[in-house]
Amino acid sequence: MHPAYSVIFFTTASGAGYGMLVWLALLAATSAVSPGLASGIAAFAVALGLITAGLLSSTFHLGHPERAWRALSQWRSSWLSREGIAAIITYAPALLFALGWIVFASLDGPWRIAGLITGVMALVTVACTGMIYASLRVIPRWTDATVVPVYLAFSLSSGGALIVTVLAILGPLDSQWAWLVALATALAWVLKLFYWHRIDNAAPVATAESATGLGHLGTVRQLEAPHSGENYIMREMGFQIARKHVARLRKVALLLGGVIPVLAFLIAGFVGGPVLVIAALVGLAGTAMGVLLERWLFFAEAQHAAMLFYGAKTV
Amino acid sequence: MTSLPQQTGGPQLGLVIDLDICVGCHACAVNCKEWNTSGHSAPLTDDEPYGADPLGVWFNRIHTYEAGDGADGQTVHFPRSCLHCEEPACVTVCPTGASYKREADGIVLVNADSCIGCKLCSWACPYGAREYDHSDGVMKKCTLCIDRIENQNLPEIERVPACVSTCPASARHFGDLGDPASEVSQLVRERGGYDLMPEMGMKPVNKYLPPRARPESHAPSPTPTSTATREPGGTGSPFLDWVDRTLSR
Repeated sequence: MHPAYSVIFFTTASGAGYGMLVWLALLAATSAVSPGLASGIAAFAVALGLITAGLLSSTFHLGHPERAWRALSQWRSSWLSREGIAAIITYAPALLFALGWIVFASLDGPWRIAGLITGVMALVTVACTGMIYASLRVIPRWTDATVVPVYLAFSLSSGGALIVTVLAILGPLDSQWAWLVALATALAWVLKLFYWHRIDNAAPVATAESATGLGHLGTVRQLEAPHSGENYIMREMGFQIARKHVARLRKVALLLGGVIPVLAFLIAGFVGGPVLVIAALVGLAGTAMGVLLERWLFFAEAQHAAMLFYGAKTV
Repeated sequence: MTSLPQQTGGPQLGLVIDLDICVGCHACAVNCKEWNTSGHSAPLTDDEPYGADPLGVWFNRIHTYEAGDGADGQTVHFPRSCLHCEEPACVTVCPTGASYKREADGIVLVNADSCIGCKLCSWACPYGAREYDHSDGVMKKCTLCIDRIENQNLPEIERVPACVSTCPASARHFGDLGDPASEVSQLVRERGGYDLMPEMGMKPVNKYLPPRARPESHAPSPTPTSTATREPGGTGSPFLDWVDRTLSR
């Protein structure tokens, strides 16, 4: 699949924003943080800013963005529709939660409930985003049972990295939160490595023979393409990345998004002052690059069944 | 290998494509493109048609495959267009409802007035049937020529899809695959018509008729004309070897 940068930006940015909302809900629920103006404004601004930027960017690459409101109508059948509705619904409790934190400086009673609902809706929205891809039977690598959990895990990892950074700069940061984010990041990468193992060893779902129905005659090869140039399908679904590049990029993503942030956030739990800020920023930078690369690979490594008609052997 | 259409109760209009007869002339693809320069899906994009990087929307594309190895290999020309599936994922993933399957006749269409061009339907289709038209900003696909088949302004004989009417080899057939008594359904039964990529579960309505079985060839591989390499047991004369082979067919 052609890795469209707008989709990669959308899923990673909004995923990080929703992850931040989950961590904020946890912080509020455990009364771990006394709600401060600066940290509240910063955290909600970044979280809601990322979510909004991601959602808007996903509408800009549409053929008819002015009709985007229609995309909320088919929630009975379409995960894309469900995701749009969940995203919009999440704004309500999130804004109430922000109101309590920033304006009323309160995380009790109704504000805590708003926080919890926000956290749940944030997870629901990210799960819907993952299901858009996981429900596509034509891309067997995306239908693996780990796909949606991986989306959720990276939402928590990237959101957590942002929360730790905000609290490291504007204070106060309790060590265990830095360690929890380190743990969440480690778990996300364990899950991701498991996913890669599964797709690398999965049996083919369809072949050129089953696609054309000519397998009873023998091996099927494309002798002539329909035309000498490219077409929309080949450009959108036909992206191929060499296996040696995949191997190298996976290692880089694991290093940047996994190893570095886990170490940085572990260290962050032991230090203070400017060293803490540096550790947090290093962890954040690694996470950002790692998640973007992980998401890029998710698209680049996907193999679409339609390419069986264009020379691919199996999918 | 015979796949019979499911008994849904209602008509399921579709095509039957005969891979035994198709000669790969691309007339069906060209006529489809021409017909759709006006009408329901018009116009189809043709970007830089004489330039370095032409790109255009076509509903029907003709591949050529080689199936089998060596002397047993067969060349099969393979027209591919929307199969108007019974359970199309392209319809269920659409967030706006622009992608729909008509109850009356089973044709799968795009409502260009509500399509937002998100392209998810093209991602969902295993057959590459849907293409994005970047000048109109909407998705386009084979309409089974709804602007022809019901068009009272056309003489009755022309009320078939453009690709069916133009095929010079009569390799394309149009009819109701939901009716077991229809001509196309009988054709599918007689010839063992099948679904493409059935494991995807889309239950395509269009059926493909496989190439008919070839009679087994008893002729030896062609002998070289040089006497220095003549086959042991041959007559010694290339001409007589040829006569022998020809009469053995």
